[in-house]
Amino acid sequence: MNLDIDVQEKKGKNVAFVEGEVDVYTATKLKETIQPLAEGEHDLVIDLSGVDYIDSTGLGIFIGALKASEKSEGSMTLTGLNDRVRRLFEITGLHEVIDIDAAKREEA
Amino acid sequence: MSNNAEVIDMRVPAKPEYVGVVRLAASGVANRLGYSYDDIEDIKIAVAEACTNVVNHAYAQDSKENTMHVEFTVHQNRMELMVADRGGAVDVETLKNKGPVSKDQPIEELKEGGLGLFLIETLMDEVDIRGEAGVIITMTKFLQRDEVKAHAEGASKESPQQ
Repeated sequence: MNLDIDVQEKKGKNVAFVEGEVDVYTATKLKETIQPLAEGEHDLVIDLSGVDYIDSTGLGIFIGALKASEKSEGSMTLTGLNDRVRRLFEITGLHEVIDIDAAKREEA
Repeated sequence: MSNNAEVIDMRVPAKPEYVGVVRLAASGVANRLGYSYDDIEDIKIAVAEACTNVVNHAYAQDSKENTMHVEFTVHQNRMELMVADRGGAVDVETLKNKGPVSKDQPIEELKEGGLGLFLIETLMDEVDIRGEAGVIITMTKFLQRDEVKAHAEGASKESPQQ
């Protein structure tokens, strides 16, 4: 089970491309990468088009990142969610509080 | 036709790296039984959430015992997945009643945890949580097969005749 995260800077935004499965095992790696970016003042885009599994541990990381980005007055946007991943955000109500971009994916 | 349930029984270390192993096993069994793609994904998330609770909450760090007991019981029309620990540490009531996030809630008050059990209850058909030597979660997903569809079609044919 793997998780790869590639962070690129584009037009003053940080874009994190996440690929793999996000669960209690891989979550630490995701949090260690995402949280400092969310605490920074640059806007953060998290591209989840390579994510085929996520559960509440992963959702919790995005909640933590959202709180951090609010504090630092940056923004956090999720993009590229597949139907399954999007459904989880909808079931939990997180789509109401997290900015989810309908566009398929960030240009690589 | 036999009504004998088949049981898949595993004991794995209550460590993060084994949650994916249990998830894969559940996925394999559900796939073999003919669950739909969406149902298999629901089962994977539910069993992973139950295991994650054990990994995060069941045992103290210096505990000698550090095992989760996972049992899948396969019936003709359903699959039951049980995840149990012997940590005894978690108050079952504190696990319950955590609903979805509300948009009216201030962002700084949002909790990073607590969605796991809510997801289990949403994604599975029946959920039972008990506290004994530890927490025992039993989750059931019914198999939606052609017979169910046939029954539904039969019912809808009858209804317009009123």
